[in-house]
Amino acid sequence: MADIKELERIASQVRRDIVRQVHACQSGHPGGSLDAADVLVALYFDVMKHDKAFNMEAEGEDVFFLSNGHISPVFYSVLARAGYFPVEELKTFREIDSRLQGHPTTHEGLPGVRIASGSLGQGLSVANGMALAKQLNRDDRWVFVMTGDGELQEGQNWEAIMSAAHYGLDNLIAIVDHNGVQIDGTNKEVMSLGDLAGKWETFGWTVLKMRGNDMKSVVDGLNAAKAEKGKGKPVVILTETEMGYPVDFMMGGHKWHGVAPNDEQLESALSQLEETLGDY
Amino acid sequence: MKLQDIKSTGKKSTRDGFGAGLAEVGRKNDKVVALCADLVGSLKMQEFIKDSPERFFQVGIAEANMMGMAAGLATAGKIPYTGTFANFSTGRVYDQIRQSIAYSDKNVKICASHAGLTLGEDGATHQILEDIGMMKMLPGMTVINPCDYNQTKAATIAVADHHGPVYLRFGRPGWPVFMPEGDFEIGKAIMLNEGTDVTVIATGHLVWKAVEAAKQLEAEGISVELINIHTIKPLDEAAVLKSVKKTGAVVTCEEHNIYGGLGESVAGLLARQHPTPQEFVGTMDTFGESGTAAQLLEKYGLDTKDVAEKVKAVLKRKG
Repeated sequence: MADIKELERIASQVRRDIVRQVHACQSGHPGGSLDAADVLVALYFDVMKHDKAFNMEAEGEDVFFLSNGHISPVFYSVLARAGYFPVEELKTFREIDSRLQGHPTTHEGLPGVRIASGSLGQGLSVANGMALAKQLNRDDRWVFVMTGDGELQEGQNWEAIMSAAHYGLDNLIAIVDHNGVQIDGTNKEVMSLGDLAGKWETFGWTVLKMRGNDMKSVVDGLNAAKAEKGKGKPVVILTETEMGYPVDFMMGGHKWHGVAPNDEQLESALSQLEETLGDY
Repeated sequence: MKLQDIKSTGKKSTRDGFGAGLAEVGRKNDKVVALCADLVGSLKMQEFIKDSPERFFQVGIAEANMMGMAAGLATAGKIPYTGTFANFSTGRVYDQIRQSIAYSDKNVKICASHAGLTLGEDGATHQILEDIGMMKMLPGMTVINPCDYNQTKAATIAVADHHGPVYLRFGRPGWPVFMPEGDFEIGKAIMLNEGTDVTVIATGHLVWKAVEAAKQLEAEGISVELINIHTIKPLDEAAVLKSVKKTGAVVTCEEHNIYGGLGESVAGLLARQHPTPQEFVGTMDTFGESGTAAQLLEKYGLDTKDVAEKVKAVLKRKG
């Protein structure tokens, strides 16, 4: 049984890490990072079987790919807090000579990262490949991949959605961070996604939903997705989130997609996020 | 090897060499997996599929997804070979290769058939002449363009033992088979004939044209040093420099745009280390068109006589 309270405490610290990283270098993407914190914390601190002594091939482990690489601050914080690299290293986010590049990469050897992402729409294909390899290896663990919702406007996703169903990849779980907004506005204004659930379903996926900023809903949703294994279909979880959650002035629109807080805004944000594990 | 000993033993396509090599490396190494975007027959992948059906993935007409899947398979320790036409192996999926394969350091072998003009009648939509340039610009990418069936087969087997992304380029038509069977060393130039007047450096199908031209030139009393460069990146710089320092003139030959290809790599090397008169056999910043392979090579200046003419032109520029 997951300790929901403990996961919430970790998520609170991760959110402090996010705003502090973005503030320190005055660049990066706080909005989506904040709203995805609960999902990543649930994955790395409860749902996934994984080893911080990082092994690229991940045999016998669950794997997570971040397709929407711009929310690197949440990924870095969760990896660091899970023990993949020193928490202190979060100080180097987006600095010269850092392993914590603006968008995640394997190229600088940061433990926990298995693919570069940033140019959108590629992660789901990579996850297809990893899921196929696990089936080939008779490895019964899962492959998780997160995509943004605006990211689904990239056509490559639909190639990958088609192929995952074709191969019957029931060890593949896609998580769509559905906050409804992207750089230029709402999904609806920029390019309507239409009936997302219907689209995935028609492509042959099992569609689940969860409330992405409600830790119990997240843990239940991820476990429900795992329970679909053996049915021969990949699973997508459409995850309702609120960009910027729970920092009051960052919620309610797309403004904080890719803007760094100033000193005053940082203080305001931190006052809303309890320090639970100690700031770096 | 001596020029007069280089003889064609008959015609076979380089893509057939790929198919034979893939089947063989698949039998030897169970980490090898193959993917194809609805071109199994064109890429000659049937033998691999017959031998190793569980390690073959048909991805349909979805090349971007194929490149990403290959990256995922490589992450898990597999050695993926992707198969489609050269155009769809490069231009169509440049960003997927750049981010998910090259920048992500994935051990993927991008196998590209029907490169260049010699695919013939399908015309310019399919005749990519820019792919070597695109691929060689990617940091960490190895670029190989073998010259005949035997060399393509050997290269296909050899790249499995090289850890890192590889672009392996080959073609459609039946083509003279003249290289011995056997080993393939990535990055190692092959001396086909020692000479003193001019260095001719050729890659891919144009190696045979260069052989024919060199025979004619030798009969006219011009001593040609002929080098088969199958690996364009990393370039065997030592071999090029050694030869050019001896001859003082160079002609490069390739079935590719003169911009971005082998000739440009050689020119860059020589400009930095040993400036030398150079002439280029390649397409002159143009698209191709429909026609037979032979007609196209003639029309676009990639034939035996073009190699010979460029040799004579560069000899006039020699100090």
